[in-house]
Parts: sequence; structure tokens; C-alpha cells
Amino acid sequence: MSNLEQKSSPCRANLAVISQEHQEYLRRAKMRKLWILFIQLLILVVALALWEICADAKIVDPFITSQPSRILNTIMRLYQEGVLFQHIGITCLEAVVGFVLGTLLGTIIAICLWWSEFLCKILEPYLVVINSLPKIALGPVFIVWIGAGPAAIIVMTLAISLIVTVLEVLNGFLAIDGDKIKLIQTFGGTKSQILTKVLLPASFPTIINALKINVGLSWVGVIVGEFLVSKAGLGYLIVYGGQVFKLDLVMTSVIILGIAATLMYQGVVLLEKLLVKNKL
Amino acid sequence: MNHVVEIHNVGMKYQSLNGEITALDAIDFSVRDGEFVSIVGPSGCGKSTLLSIISGLVSATTGSVWLCGEKVTGTSPKIGYMLQKDHLFEWRTIYQNVILGLEIRKAATPEAKERALILLKTYGLYDFKDKYPNQLSGGMRQRVALIRTLVTDPQILLLDEPFSALDYQTRLMVNDDIYAIIKKENKTALLVTHDISESISMADRVILLSKRPGTVKNIYEVRLNCDKRTPLASREAPEFRHIFQEIWKGLDVHV
Repeated sequence: MSNLEQKSSPCRANLAVISQEHQEYLRRAKMRKLWILFIQLLILVVALALWEICADAKIVDPFITSQPSRILNTIMRLYQEGVLFQHIGITCLEAVVGFVLGTLLGTIIAICLWWSEFLCKILEPYLVVINSLPKIALGPVFIVWIGAGPAAIIVMTLAISLIVTVLEVLNGFLAIDGDKIKLIQTFGGTKSQILTKVLLPASFPTIINALKINVGLSWVGVIVGEFLVSKAGLGYLIVYGGQVFKLDLVMTSVIILGIAATLMYQGVVLLEKLLVKNKL
Repeated sequence: MNHVVEIHNVGMKYQSLNGEITALDAIDFSVRDGEFVSIVGPSGCGKSTLLSIISGLVSATTGSVWLCGEKVTGTSPKIGYMLQKDHLFEWRTIYQNVILGLEIRKAATPEAKERALILLKTYGLYDFKDKYPNQLSGGMRQRVALIRTLVTDPQILLLDEPFSALDYQTRLMVNDDIYAIIKKENKTALLVTHDISESISMADRVILLSKRPGTVKNIYEVRLNCDKRTPLASREAPEFRHIFQEIWKGLDVHV
């Protein structure tokens, strides 16, 4: 029993004595980080300022390009009319519901396909066709079948994200080392034990990855859905603004949309950190 | 002595669209209680298939396997299986990995869990029980894998090239380590390997399989003159070379 060495953690050596070179290195690394942040902010401020100034000086036509101050005014106006959070809320709700349903259903379907290889083989050509089809083409079909409302929008979102999730998760399942499954079988494990003890925990990173892809796809689905049918939501504001040539409204909605989508993506990243923090 | 494993006329054919492959043909041998038997043979001779048949994971096309007088029809709690890699689950702690077999067999009683802890303590892994596999060295991981097998208290251990993923030095150490544990726990063991030295150093008997279709070509008794039988000491014994030469000739390797 002589090989009891533990892998030493790489940072332990540095804790004892911090050499001058290392201090210098750390200082530079910190400076670099600050510079990057500074330039990032600078780009934002300069871009907004240029936009504002050019629009004010009529170098560009603010009627077509809008401008930051008009966007702020639009947000204030929407807020005072009491519809700002209603539009944001309905769009976010549709996106979240579509996203959660897409991930859950996708994972469940992937499990079914893994469970029965026969079923998987039968459905393969259909999956290929559905995956290749631009799902947006199905929009009118959903409206006729489900009616113009949030339900149709959620189905649109599902249509866009579902097949991708199924394929992603199924590939994750199939990439798992066959010997891990054999290990469970040598203990007399059943198929459902293989699923719960190996497949699902081992595919956890794959499923999180699918979540990240789905966040983006859900927003595509929601906005396309709202373009087609809705009476409320950010997608509706964009289409309506475009139709009545209120570019302020369009720009405002796009910016809010960008912020909301980023927040939701960061939410998934945070979830990933919380769930896998003790696994490394 | 009792025969804990008896293999009668076992043959195995694999079916594929391109035809039929006879992997094993008329295999006959038995293993005594407490014996350590190695199986060597050229690659693709069906060594691993034979272990899968003994464990009941795969059923043979012809013949039968008997464990302690009972015919094998499916996986049995008498068998403990060790695979090529340790396959510790990186999302489970060492302790959780060790009790995996108990969970699957629905045998995770307080006594069984206590036994798991005692085994971890005996083999110097208790301090690591709450660590994750990636914090352990290759040799320790393989020891955890053995304990995971031992916790379910099998009578017979099937070792399917369990050292092949380790580098040479670690491998020699782990050979000694695993051998000592198997002997201490009084287990019967069947080791599949393609390393002739390894097969002799650990075994009481070496069974040589021919190339496909695999049949028992010869069985070599390993009687060595050394004070204490350990795999490392065995390699020093004067008879080691002769047995090696005999098996080497029997393997009939052509490049």
C-alpha cells in the first residue's frame, strides 16, 4: 500500500512564498483585466454618444435610426402607460415556458429513443426531415390549428427547440462508454437503473449544453411566433413599430429583448455553476 | 477441493449480416475454490467473451457454465467483475462509488454500508471517502474499483485485463496490491490478460487459449520456489523464465 500519494493541488506551492516575479505577474494580469473592462465600456459609451450626436445634428435621420434619448423616452412613455412590463412579461413567459417544455420533452423523447433502439431506427428518417425543415414554415399551420394566441407562440418555440434537444441529448447518451453500462449490468442492474445511475448523471453536462442552445432558440421561436400572431409582447411591438414607422419603438423593443435574452442565458450559466460546483 | 467454476463444452458464435463468427469452441475447464487462474491468448481469441459468459452477461451458444453446482442463467451475486478501466463515476464520491453495487442490488443495508467503510479503512482509503475520483491516483482508483466489487461479497472475481490502462510501473505495484487484497479476502479469481509475465506472476494455473476460434490449447501449473508468493517476488523465481518460455512457444506468435 505504498502508492498513497494524493495529487497535490497546484496552488499550494504558491501560497508559501510569493516571489516578486509572481507579484508582478499578478499585477499585470489584474491591469489587463481592468483595461479590457474599460475599453468595453468605452465602446458602449462612444457608440451611444455618436448615435445621439449624429441624430441631433441631423447627420443621420432620427426618424429612421432613432436615438438613445428617444429610446429612453419611449421606455418612460411605455412605463407611464403601464404596458412596459406587460409586454416584457408576456414575452418572457412565453420564452421560459417554451424553453422549459422544450428541454423536458426533448429529454424525455431522447430517453424513449434510447430505450428502444427499434423505435429509434423507425423514427430516424422522420427526425432527419423534421430537423432539416425550417420550422418557421409551420407557423401558419399552428395558427390555424391552435388559434392566434400565446399557445401558438409556445408551440412555435417548442417546434424550433425540441428536435435539437432530442438529438443533442440522444447523442450524449450514445457517447457514454459502453463499459460503464456493462459495470451496472455486472451487478445485475436493470435498464432503468442504467438510466438513473449512469445515463442521466453522465449526460448532465450535455443537458446543460442543450439548455444553453435552447435559450437562444426559444427567443427565436417566441419572436417569430409574435411576429405572426400576437397582440402583445416585444415581438408584437417590433412588428407594430415597423408597420407604423415608429422606429423608436422598434429600437426600444430590440434593446429590451437583448437584455432579457442575455439575463436568461446568464441564469442558465448560474444554474450550471450551482449544480456542478462540487463535481470538480 | 471443490470446483467453484465449471465450464463444460462452451462454444460461442456471433451472428452478423456478413456471416457467422465462431469466437469460442468446446471450452472445458474448472477452477477450484480459492484458486487464482489466468487466461492468456492472442488478441481476439475470445478471452473477454469467455468472462462475459461466466458472469452470465452473455449466454453461450453451446455448453454450460456452473457456479458452485448451480447452472448460470443470468448474472449472479456470486460473481464480482472488474473491467479494464476503473470506471469510477466522477459525479459520485469514493464512498458513493464503492456502494454502487449495493444500491443496484438493493442491498444497501446499514451492515453492508458499515462493511464498505471497514473495507475502505482496511485498504487505506478511508480518508479519501468523501473525495471525488479525479482527486485520486490511477493505482488508488483501481483499488477503489476492487473494493466496489468486494463490497457485494462475491465468491469469484472475474478480472478482465484490469491493469491494461495503467503505466508499467504503476501496473507492477497494482498487481501486488490487488493480489494481496484478493488473497486476504479469500476470493477465487479468474484473470484475463495478454501479458504473459503478469499471468504467471499472479496465477496458480495459466490457461492458454488458441487463436479464433478460441479453444483451450494448454494448461500450465505455476509452481514457483519463492518464500512468499507475491506477483513481484514470483517474477524473481528461477522457474518463472521456463514457464514464460513454454507459454511463449505455445502462443505461437507470428509477426
